[in-house]
Amino acid sequence: MNFKHKYIFLLPGLLVLIGILIFPILFTVRLSLSSWDSFYPGLDFIGLENYVRLFTDDARFWESFFRLSFLSVTTVFLQYVIGFALAHMVWKDIAFQRFFRVLFLIPMMSTPVIMTVIWRTFFHESLGPLNDFFSLFDMTPLWLSNEYLALVTVITVEVWQWTPFMFLLMLAGLLSLPKEPFLAAAIDGAGPIRKFVYVTFPLMAPISIGAIIIRLIEASKIMDTIYVLTSGGPGTSTETSSFYIFIKGLREFQMGYSAALSFTYLIIMIISLTVIANVLVKLFIKKA
Amino acid sequence: MTFVYRTLKYGFIAFWSMFVVAPFLWALSTSFKDFNSVTGGATYIPWVDFEPSLEGWKVLVRSPAQGGINIIEPYFNSIFVTCMASLISIILGTLAAYALSRFTFKAGFIKNNDITFFFISQRIMPPVVLSIPFFIMLGFLGLLDSMVGLILVYIVLLMPIAVWIMVDFFNKVPREIDETALIDGCNPYQAFFKVVLPNSIPGLIVAGLFCMIFGWTDFFFAFILTFTEVQLLPVAIVALNSSITPWWSLSASALVSVAPLIIVAFLVERYLSKGNLSGALK
Repeated sequence: MNFKHKYIFLLPGLLVLIGILIFPILFTVRLSLSSWDSFYPGLDFIGLENYVRLFTDDARFWESFFRLSFLSVTTVFLQYVIGFALAHMVWKDIAFQRFFRVLFLIPMMSTPVIMTVIWRTFFHESLGPLNDFFSLFDMTPLWLSNEYLALVTVITVEVWQWTPFMFLLMLAGLLSLPKEPFLAAAIDGAGPIRKFVYVTFPLMAPISIGAIIIRLIEASKIMDTIYVLTSGGPGTSTETSSFYIFIKGLREFQMGYSAALSFTYLIIMIISLTVIANVLVKLFIKKA
Repeated sequence: MTFVYRTLKYGFIAFWSMFVVAPFLWALSTSFKDFNSVTGGATYIPWVDFEPSLEGWKVLVRSPAQGGINIIEPYFNSIFVTCMASLISIILGTLAAYALSRFTFKAGFIKNNDITFFFISQRIMPPVVLSIPFFIMLGFLGLLDSMVGLILVYIVLLMPIAVWIMVDFFNKVPREIDETALIDGCNPYQAFFKVVLPNSIPGLIVAGLFCMIFGWTDFFFAFILTFTEVQLLPVAIVALNSSITPWWSLSASALVSVAPLIIVAFLVERYLSKGNLSGALK
């Protein structure tokens, strides 16, 4: 009996997803083999020319990719450490527990692009409150127009926006932990630090890896924040892969080339996320 | 030792709470300013630092013809698109998740886990990669700048989330429940709808909340795939961020857009405390 019925459950979702996605994916591959741009919009065939250009003559793409790697790894690391710390802090024994739990979730519920608009006024170099504070020390840091500080600003906003997601996953994990290992540790007389290192952390390792991978996937798509905050500037100093593809495809209308960028980017992302996942599993599950 | 730890703990919680509320307080204060109070440098407290004005809030309810910004229609568009896309994603995602959790699929080297991964992996694709082909596809179907087109696109964004949460959830619902129902003479559909589904309400709620969060907060697709007919809230608000930025109405509209999701935050916390969320997330 579970022969025919199982497809009736699975197929609607699978077919709808494939149905919506099949055209975009095939079209991207086909488009990447054409020279479609604003002068000659059309699907001609130029072979692998776009890919050759991408691998031999486009330092800007690779820079944007390394910048993206740096940004996602940094932000996800900070989100993980802070999110885990916060979750551990409101896990038990704290006054106003529910209040803090809700409060720490709120940034995630707010639309990134809208909050970034607010953050932009917050970081505004002459009219924002942050530089109002720094002016007490006679400093006016250029949060949005200095190439290094702009990265700091982007990281700050990302950490503000998405630490709650990490916090939520880690807190859910902590709340689902079994009680026995903690009792055993208490009987053995372990202090809070030993308890964390030898009990909590190993128990949380699988959840941590899942959460980190999910966040890395989401962080690699960072786009809205940069679009509003710095538009990739000053110069190209906060430009990530998504943003570069956006500029090539939807600003300069080099559709064919941007499709090649997209496809290459996807392949690299899938490979690197798989590698990262495997490395994390090896590192942490072995320790446990 | 304990004292140091406690001080650090409460110190950090205080610091983080301030960081979390800072932009909201700043937006709240800014929403009561007018042109002069904004361009005069940073000010914080109404009446003390600046003369409050209700201009930022009034603009939101005025019609565009009178110099207002129409935020009410985008608001309802956003609610409608988010809810419809979430609903469809949850229905299709839940059915698929049930199949992946209960039955074995095997086609060559493709097994259950690979199908689950296929669903979830759709989230790897950056919006910008999909936006160009979607633009052309929706244009071809005549669905550009329409709600139906947006809902189709959002299903791709949201169904992976629904599948991810529900597969985990169904894996934790004991199989005996379905088996008993089947022995009692239910067919598989009755078993699913009458027995399994009622036992999965917490999972469905969590999946629904997640879909709504991610649908409500999307900007890029709405930005690329709609122009004038259908405007969603984030796009309408960001459109204000033009040459002369009206910080006051921007702040007011940002606060208005966050408001409904605060309720979602409370709901998420509620299910978290009951321990249900931990079952749904792994």
